[in-house]
Amino acid sequence: MILLANSLSTQPSKDPTNNQVLLSANGLTCIREDRILFEALNFSVCSGDVIQVEGPNGSGKTSLLRILAGLSQPYDGTVLFREKNIAEQSDDFHQNLLYLGHLPGVKGEMTAQENLVFNLALHGNDCSKAEETLEKVNLLGFEDALASHLSAGQHRRISLARLWQSTAPIWILDEPFTAIDKHGVTQLEQLFLAHAQRGGCVILTTHQDLSFPENKVKKITLDYRFY
Amino acid sequence: MIPHQNLSYRSAFNLIIKRDLTIAFRHRDDIINPLLFFIIVVTLFPLGIGPESTTLSRIAPGIIWVAALLSTLLSLDRLFKSDHEDGSLEQMMLSPHPIFILVLAKIIAHWMVTGLPLIFIAPLLAVLLHLNENSYNALMLTLLLGTPILSLLGAIGVALTVGLKKGGVLLSLLVLPLYIPVLIFATSAIDAASMNSPYSGQLAIIAALFFGSLTLAPFAVSAALKVSTN
Repeated sequence: MILLANSLSTQPSKDPTNNQVLLSANGLTCIREDRILFEALNFSVCSGDVIQVEGPNGSGKTSLLRILAGLSQPYDGTVLFREKNIAEQSDDFHQNLLYLGHLPGVKGEMTAQENLVFNLALHGNDCSKAEETLEKVNLLGFEDALASHLSAGQHRRISLARLWQSTAPIWILDEPFTAIDKHGVTQLEQLFLAHAQRGGCVILTTHQDLSFPENKVKKITLDYRFY
Repeated sequence: MIPHQNLSYRSAFNLIIKRDLTIAFRHRDDIINPLLFFIIVVTLFPLGIGPESTTLSRIAPGIIWVAALLSTLLSLDRLFKSDHEDGSLEQMMLSPHPIFILVLAKIIAHWMVTGLPLIFIAPLLAVLLHLNENSYNALMLTLLLGTPILSLLGAIGVALTVGLKKGGVLLSLLVLPLYIPVLIFATSAIDAASMNSPYSGQLAIIAALFFGSLTLAPFAVSAALKVSTN
């Protein structure tokens, strides 16, 4: 957490109302299998925002998140990070981005700790505190267990553990609560709020109701379209 | 700007090599299967053709090289498939490190796991096939230069087909034509050596293919992966 405060020192993190636009979508259109998922979507994400993308299955939540992360190309439109197209500054953007998709990205052949250390190092984060971080996600005692012997929820926890060490201001999380127990969900929600208060932003999809105060969370609702 | 101390090319490269080797050694099938395939194919030939040393020594270079080529093809799928299936490939694409460094490290790790064991076992199998004794140097040199080419070119095919459910046949169709020049020049170098004639020309061409693919393949693979994960 202290790490993050340092990294965002250029931003007015004390005052989240003084919002700086981190990420903005400009006329995003996405077409999958000849179906328009969304069209001319415009929004901007400021520091301090928690944004929940809602919508029924198949409405394009994951596609939107992948486009925002730069993994997929939109049919039309651009994603801007600090007012520049993300495609033109991918290294810089990737340093400021933490994306967790549907799949946890955990290797069954490696232990919980090896997985976390690799994930942290791959993104240039400090990996010396991996053990303490695993403790925070309730994996104490499983550090040296091969991930293939752990449950789906524990896999998810290994991948989410990165959030505690992340210095990236933009978090894009696709269904982060999948397979996570109630206590874990509360813990994550608190982490998201703290991250937003420090001047970061969180964009997530979930079908659960967030227990945040109404004014803290913004919603983007995607409708299922038949044409 | 965010201070990142751990972003050097070398640390990223070492990180991936270490990870892929750890995984390969814990999942030994990856190492043993291609090697076993190589050994089985080569040892079956004398049984099928008969033990005449003249015939065997005539076809030995071809057998060893074709077996090496097919066993590499067999192991290619593992290069990106499992990473794609569990989501780690996505994370690599989003890492602040340049993708070609990560890709190059993955290909080199793949070669260390599949190509290197073949090189160690090949001289033993060559004895079984009565390979001409002048040819051993040529065999080792062509394998040393040639097997990395197989991994590098194969990676392009894998990267293009990684998003497909059943890309196996397509992968062979894409990759085999690219392997043919290596096969031709390698076997012709070994043949030339068996007749005591110089083979540096063939070797130079294989070396050129090696350096060409070493420098260009990682970029092609990164571009192909971007398309496949789209």
